[in-house]
Amino acid sequence: MTTSIVDADSLLAIDVGATSTRAMLFDVVDGRYRYVAGGESPSTHNAPFFDIREGVHASIEQVQLITGRVLIGPDEQLIIPCQPDGTGVDTCAAIISIEPVPNVVVLGLLDDVSLESAKNLARTTYSHVVGSLSLNDHLDTEARINKIVRLKPDLVIAAGGTETGASQSVLKLIEAVGLAAFLLPKEKRPEILYVGNSELWDEVRISLENITSVQFSANVRPSLEEEQLEASRMELAKMVTRFHANHTPGVSELDLWARGGLLPSSTAFGRVIQFLSKAHRNKKGVLGVDISASAITLAGAMDGDLLSGVYTEYGMNEGVENLSNQVDLAELSRWMISDLTEEQVRNYLANKALNPSTMPVTSDELELELAVLRVLLRNAIKSYVKRWPDTLQIAGETLIAPVEPVLITGDLLNRFPGPAYCALMVLDGIQPTGITTLIEDQNRIAPALGVAAALNPLLTVQVLDTSSFHHLGTVIAPVGYARPGTPVLKLKITYPSGHESVLEVKQGSLETLPLPAGQSAKIQLQPLHRYDVGMGAAGRGGCLKVTGGTLGVIIDARGRPFQYPADPGRRRELVKKWLWTLGGN
Amino acid sequence: MLTLVSHILPLTLIRRERVLPMPGRILVRKGQKVNANEPVGEYKPHRDYSLVDVVRVLGVPVDRVDQYIQCEVGSKIAEGDVIAGPAGFTRKLIRSPKSGKVILTGGGQVLIEFDEQPEIIQAGFSGEITELLSDRGAVIETTGSLIQGVWGNGLIDSGPLVNLASSPTLELKLDQLDMSQRGSVLLAGFCRDTQVLDMAKQLPVRGLILGSMATSLKKMAEELPFPIILLEGFGQFAINASTYKLLCSHEQREVCLNAEKADRSKGTQPEIVIPLPASGTLSQPKAVEYLSQQQKVRVLHSLHARSTGVISRMKGKVTLPNGISTRAVEVRLDHNGEKIILPIENLEILA
Repeated sequence: MTTSIVDADSLLAIDVGATSTRAMLFDVVDGRYRYVAGGESPSTHNAPFFDIREGVHASIEQVQLITGRVLIGPDEQLIIPCQPDGTGVDTCAAIISIEPVPNVVVLGLLDDVSLESAKNLARTTYSHVVGSLSLNDHLDTEARINKIVRLKPDLVIAAGGTETGASQSVLKLIEAVGLAAFLLPKEKRPEILYVGNSELWDEVRISLENITSVQFSANVRPSLEEEQLEASRMELAKMVTRFHANHTPGVSELDLWARGGLLPSSTAFGRVIQFLSKAHRNKKGVLGVDISASAITLAGAMDGDLLSGVYTEYGMNEGVENLSNQVDLAELSRWMISDLTEEQVRNYLANKALNPSTMPVTSDELELELAVLRVLLRNAIKSYVKRWPDTLQIAGETLIAPVEPVLITGDLLNRFPGPAYCALMVLDGIQPTGITTLIEDQNRIAPALGVAAALNPLLTVQVLDTSSFHHLGTVIAPVGYARPGTPVLKLKITYPSGHESVLEVKQGSLETLPLPAGQSAKIQLQPLHRYDVGMGAAGRGGCLKVTGGTLGVIIDARGRPFQYPADPGRRRELVKKWLWTLGGN
Repeated sequence: MLTLVSHILPLTLIRRERVLPMPGRILVRKGQKVNANEPVGEYKPHRDYSLVDVVRVLGVPVDRVDQYIQCEVGSKIAEGDVIAGPAGFTRKLIRSPKSGKVILTGGGQVLIEFDEQPEIIQAGFSGEITELLSDRGAVIETTGSLIQGVWGNGLIDSGPLVNLASSPTLELKLDQLDMSQRGSVLLAGFCRDTQVLDMAKQLPVRGLILGSMATSLKKMAEELPFPIILLEGFGQFAINASTYKLLCSHEQREVCLNAEKADRSKGTQPEIVIPLPASGTLSQPKAVEYLSQQQKVRVLHSLHARSTGVISRMKGKVTLPNGISTRAVEVRLDHNGEKIILPIENLEILA
């Protein structure tokens, strides 16, 4: 039975991650697309298999067991499309985020113009920028050649020259890249993505095409003031997929199953966030946070304009390794509430770096790992927010301006014993301001929906609207200056029953108001002392309708920017209190 | 669930590929017997290039530069050889600063690749070369004891084993080291003193096997000129009973240390190999097995780290003491018979 893509009903999404491989089945149930079942197995791209197929098959087998549906045929291939006997699935979508990631050299003319944009482009996916070249480095061609040959990059992102701008300088840099690529063994030559002055396409092609593979995309810096990453982001994503296909057996086959649509998970996640931002149209942005072993991905979008950052250095794997090598653990200590000594912490981190996929068992270990996550998340958001167009400057720090919602996903969600821990991680790590809603992707299907959107947009729309996503609640985070204990916000909540509750919130406190998921209520806000609650200006209050969630309405008046108290005893006491307030233990 | 296996084997077939990171030159032949630190192959990881701008240096017109270039593409040149010239009133010459090879000429420029010192990869243990892998490496085999560790400082060497660990937990102290241990591989329980490592360097020893080491010593250990292998990890852990017994039985025997950095993604771990003769056919130990009841396991990390035990029950999804929900098994610990629930990610199979 041939089924056109447009009419396809069922979809199997496969997510090959750094730690685990997951298969997720979506199908029409009661007239709507829903997430039906999922299977998970350790990823097998590493030793001893060095092939993703073992993990992919194991995860699909679990879906088969749960659903009773046969998806894999006797030839070990996915049955596409669905057969008359009910076996198989209509379409397959796939995403990938395995290691190693490609080493990238970025190239531009000026450090804070085209080179910066080339680096920002590299940031949109899983990669390690191992070196850069620009006019500012004052290297001659010989030195540039030697630099590239030593770095042996897998990819080169070459930017430079605004449209109708510089050409000779760009070509000089390209000449060095071409010579360096020529000198490397054929199988080690980097693939090149040219995203500079488009008038030079022909010359760049002539210069490079006989040496190595070169792709072209729109200029990332068409003018000094404008950065354009959208077009080149997809091209780079395809190059990363090709890198994995060339390095890891099984990836090409998975891409075939997905009809050439295999994408890096971060790209797919960005799509979902873009989609949500168009759906919400609330004049704020939407923020997505993916906390995984391989990277922390931050994807924000405003009305479809996406800004994403993939921070592999802050993924749990690399992050723990880096922290364990640090001399000064002061930053980590400030987030810790356990009694562990510095030596115990160092030993734990050093041993964790040897076995990054192990789980914390005791409360002390969990608290340490959550402290590590907070450090990594804070560092990622601090880097990310520098590029976000709408920010607040408070006490010397840049914070993200109000966004709504904040969607949290990632394989490290399994580190949270409950929703209260997840919410507190976001409040501490991201430190949202104003009014937002927190959504937890408890089934970790958001990136899969992003890649599925290209095949079946209706599926993505309908599943996003289901209980597959856990609404944690609405957060109100007033921003301003006042002494601890000073009342900074008065609010009145009116429930559908007509019952009202009034609350006065003090600086330094974290409060909640009950409002179950599926219910909405009216809240009247009156900020005091010119606190800003995101209603348009400092001191401005107003009414708004809020939707409920597992944790109700959370008022986080602990301050922005926020850090745990220096005194360990006080820290412990407060965190316990906040978790209790949020409904954790 | 398939789980990696860590080996502590008294007698087994050990077969390892030693692969160059890039094409190079293989220095051994099939059937050759090699020692642990003998080079198996060499490669040039870094090449230096020089781009000589003949037009600019000699000051000659670009349309006539070819007549001044004195070397051809592919030709080898020695230090001091003339690349281009003479030109001008002063009969200026361009000479090569180092020996190398001419890669390209054109546009008035000459690209030269300079000879660099090659880097080698060593055998890793004493054995026989059983297969050559083109220009990429060789396969080495031996029979003997195999003990895998958790951390190494990246070096290779071998020497007679001297046991300074009268118990698996004993700390290695400065007064235990003396000149008689020069050239040996030392076994000790635990080390936390930088002076001890420094003394070992002064002797010098050929290697150090420790149960565990203070994290503060890690940086120093990485810079020492002899291999160090940790059997259990950072902190203070006893050498596990099987490993301790096996190593004690090999005192004074030649042990080979390949302290390569543990990389679970590549399946590499630091290893101790003690070559022993064997009669009969031995097979290679399995690299991976299914986690199942009665499997002997070791706790990798977290609660009861480095303890060994046996899986008494497969539990499915459980809630740990800290509230996390995850797949787990029940393990009966060897040292006290206690039964504990542990996440499957925290275990490795011990063979």
